[in-house]
Amino acid sequence: MAVDLTIDELYEEFEDLADWDERCDYLIDLGFNLPPLPDEAKNEANKVHGCQSNVWLVAEMKPTQPPTLEFIANSDAIIVNGLIAVLVALFGRQTPEQIVKIDTQEVFARLGLERHLSPQRRNGLYSMVDRVRQLAVEAAARAS
Amino acid sequence: MTNSTPQRPFDVEAIRRDFPILQQPLPKGLPVTYLDNGASAQKPQCVIDKESEVYENYYANAYRGVYRFGAMIDEQLEETREKTRQLIGAKHVEEVIFTAGSTMSLNVVASGWGRRHLRPGDEILLNETEHHANFVPWQQVAAQTGAICRFIPLTDDRRLDLSRLDEVLTPKTKVLTVTGMSNVLGTINPVKELAARAHAVGAIIVVDGAQSVPHIVTDVAGADIDFLAFSGHKLYGPSGVGILYGKQELLADTDPLLTGGHMIDRVYRDRSTWAASPAKFEAGTGPIAQAIALGTAIDYVSSIGFDAMHAHEQQLAEYAHQQLNDIRGMRIYGPSLEHKGAIFSFTIDGAHPEDLAQLLDRRGVFVRHGHHCTMPLHDLLGVSATVRASFGVYNTRADVDALIGALEFALGRLRLA
Repeated sequence: MAVDLTIDELYEEFEDLADWDERCDYLIDLGFNLPPLPDEAKNEANKVHGCQSNVWLVAEMKPTQPPTLEFIANSDAIIVNGLIAVLVALFGRQTPEQIVKIDTQEVFARLGLERHLSPQRRNGLYSMVDRVRQLAVEAAARAS
Repeated sequence: MTNSTPQRPFDVEAIRRDFPILQQPLPKGLPVTYLDNGASAQKPQCVIDKESEVYENYYANAYRGVYRFGAMIDEQLEETREKTRQLIGAKHVEEVIFTAGSTMSLNVVASGWGRRHLRPGDEILLNETEHHANFVPWQQVAAQTGAICRFIPLTDDRRLDLSRLDEVLTPKTKVLTVTGMSNVLGTINPVKELAARAHAVGAIIVVDGAQSVPHIVTDVAGADIDFLAFSGHKLYGPSGVGILYGKQELLADTDPLLTGGHMIDRVYRDRSTWAASPAKFEAGTGPIAQAIALGTAIDYVSSIGFDAMHAHEQQLAEYAHQQLNDIRGMRIYGPSLEHKGAIFSFTIDGAHPEDLAQLLDRRGVFVRHGHHCTMPLHDLLGVSATVRASFGVYNTRADVDALIGALEFALGRLRLA
């Protein structure tokens, strides 16, 4: 499985998956193939706190022209790692302007994953989306 | 007490038929395997029907109208109050207060009794296995009064270490608050002994009965409990209603948490006086239909009998314990079976509890994962989360088998088998 999937490729993949059982198995595969974060990066500073599973996130805007987001994240839960792979496809290599325009709820709904990304569910994933957006907003502010 | 005299022989299949939610097939024909009774229990048809009956036939506000609907509501609420008195073995019906649930009941005690009686340097005796609902309110009242929270030492298997109780239970202790049954470990605490020892140093005892009241016989007068909190929804009753029991003389010396309608004696322009208990603690419109249907739930569990329910659940616990322990990498937290009820919190080496819970759901097996509102306990266990399977009266060996099958499926998916 390719690790540098685009969101359009994911839409295509998910169209062939009949139900949650199949989507879940696919997410598990994505999760196992997620590039690992070095153990030393799994520290308190990089930890995105969640009630259920933890996520460690290392992200920065690369000073390309225009700047683009580069990030690696890992969770201690495999299915969350699969969902992180979806977010990497969604946010990776995007400019701050593109990132702030992305409606993650809509994307997750289209993928049939809406119940896995909600502010009420309080897993590390949603906090991670918040953190990525915040980085993008800060980078956009610096650029203007 | 009437709560241990069953009116019918114990037949789990007949009991299951009383719960419509268990009858439905899930997609792909999977049966419902509901093992989250520690969080909330399912409702028998008679409870569901009773709540509808109230709304369809005689709903009105409580304790306000003289018209016939109002009178019927009052009568039925008082019937539930009396049934609750019998269920928990209280002496007086005025000692039974309707609340929103265990959390509210415990907050009434911590705030209403605690702020009135605790002074700087007084001690509140807790332990690290308590649910946040019996933990945080005491931290709050300690911060407000200058009282100090202390903790009963635990044994290696996380039971209260009564041999070391005297280290922390002293004349400085003003309140000992303890769960009747741990919501994570299932540990059943010796509340009668704790009550006697608390009273010996002049402290009161508060029991969080959220987990114990639905599963074991409760006898507040016999065990000399000062305050008891529990919820209707874990007792196969409606959500939104709970009970606070308090000894009459202590309730007289406790401030209400909420003030407003119904709870007053006389309101003047500049001050008010309170009605007597229970009205004093029942400000505003409560969960009327829910409280009435709680009476039906109490009838239901009483007809089965607590001894029969407990025996059934202990047999299941024994079977579940055996079967779970056969899984490689299994760690069940807490004491051995003789000290606990049918609650299992566990981890499996290499598997995250969130993954396990999600994969179990795919097999129709419903369990909880996370810290179960016991972060200090999980700190002590050294894990951030566990999976919890908690059993109720309608669970069977087939449910245990479904749990084991689903765990094996999950471990396969997680490449651990």
